[in-house]
Amino acid sequence: MNEQRDYSRDIQEIRSMMERSSKFLSLSGLAGIFAGVYALTGVSIAHFLLKFRPMGIDYGQNGLAPSAWTQLLIVAGAVLLLAVGTAVWFSYRQSVKRAEPFWNPVSRRLVYHMGVPLATGGFLLIFLMIQGAAGLLAPLTMVFYGLALFNAGQDSYREVKSLGLILTALGLLSVLLIQFQLLFWAAGFGLMHIIYGIYIHLTYER
Amino acid sequence: MNVPLEGLHKAFESRIRLGIMSALAVNESLDFNSLKEYLGITDGNLASHAKALEKERFIAVEKTFIGRKPNTRYYMTSEGRAAFMHHLDALEKLIKSQKQL
Repeated sequence: MNEQRDYSRDIQEIRSMMERSSKFLSLSGLAGIFAGVYALTGVSIAHFLLKFRPMGIDYGQNGLAPSAWTQLLIVAGAVLLLAVGTAVWFSYRQSVKRAEPFWNPVSRRLVYHMGVPLATGGFLLIFLMIQGAAGLLAPLTMVFYGLALFNAGQDSYREVKSLGLILTALGLLSVLLIQFQLLFWAAGFGLMHIIYGIYIHLTYER
Repeated sequence: MNVPLEGLHKAFESRIRLGIMSALAVNESLDFNSLKEYLGITDGNLASHAKALEKERFIAVEKTFIGRKPNTRYYMTSEGRAAFMHHLDALEKLIKSQKQL
């Protein structure tokens, strides 16, 4: 009686359900491009306007005036907020387009998997600043963000994983070449975000 | 038409049940509401299909409380996983033979 059933549709259903319930595919490449642009803007302001030019690890009170530190942290916070805000906004729009719930078990897992390395890095950076080792700020943001992306790669497009590895590697390298750390930072947070953003946008969003 | 139907488990005739199994195959466990959202069905509908799979011992239920709210989590049993894999193999064979016609 069931001979007319189209079993290839069964397979399609199975595949789609497995994918939807294990991968968050509403990440947006456009958000990546924006994040890259914010990062490049932020790092330019820090370098050229605020004269944030760390040459070694023990870059503390002697490196920048306290008022410049405040401004630097404001710029960094603004870049972070803008990037996260844009990512959430674009992902939300994508998920509406895909008719999927935005806050589902997969996105919760994604946030959790990113959250642990990011929170660890955040605390470490605050403690390092307190101890006067602010020269490691830029390299370590990249290392921990890279690890967070690497972790998130299992819940989303696999490209996220390789982006994470690249950023982690760039972050580590910039500790060795510490006088060039802002260049590395611009290459990682700026350029790589833009390149991967364009790639993900062209591959998955059309 | 000579379609070999052996290997296709009756419990998986419904695409909703197939969906439940697929989602549980790639997640350690899922709570009632998430499963409902993925499938886009009503509470009653999910409850009855889940019950059917439970009867076959393909999935198991874990009922806990989060505060005062009951929380029902489903996970796949090893029996269920074996049956699901078997069903996938059968589907694959079936589609291959359909293509040859």
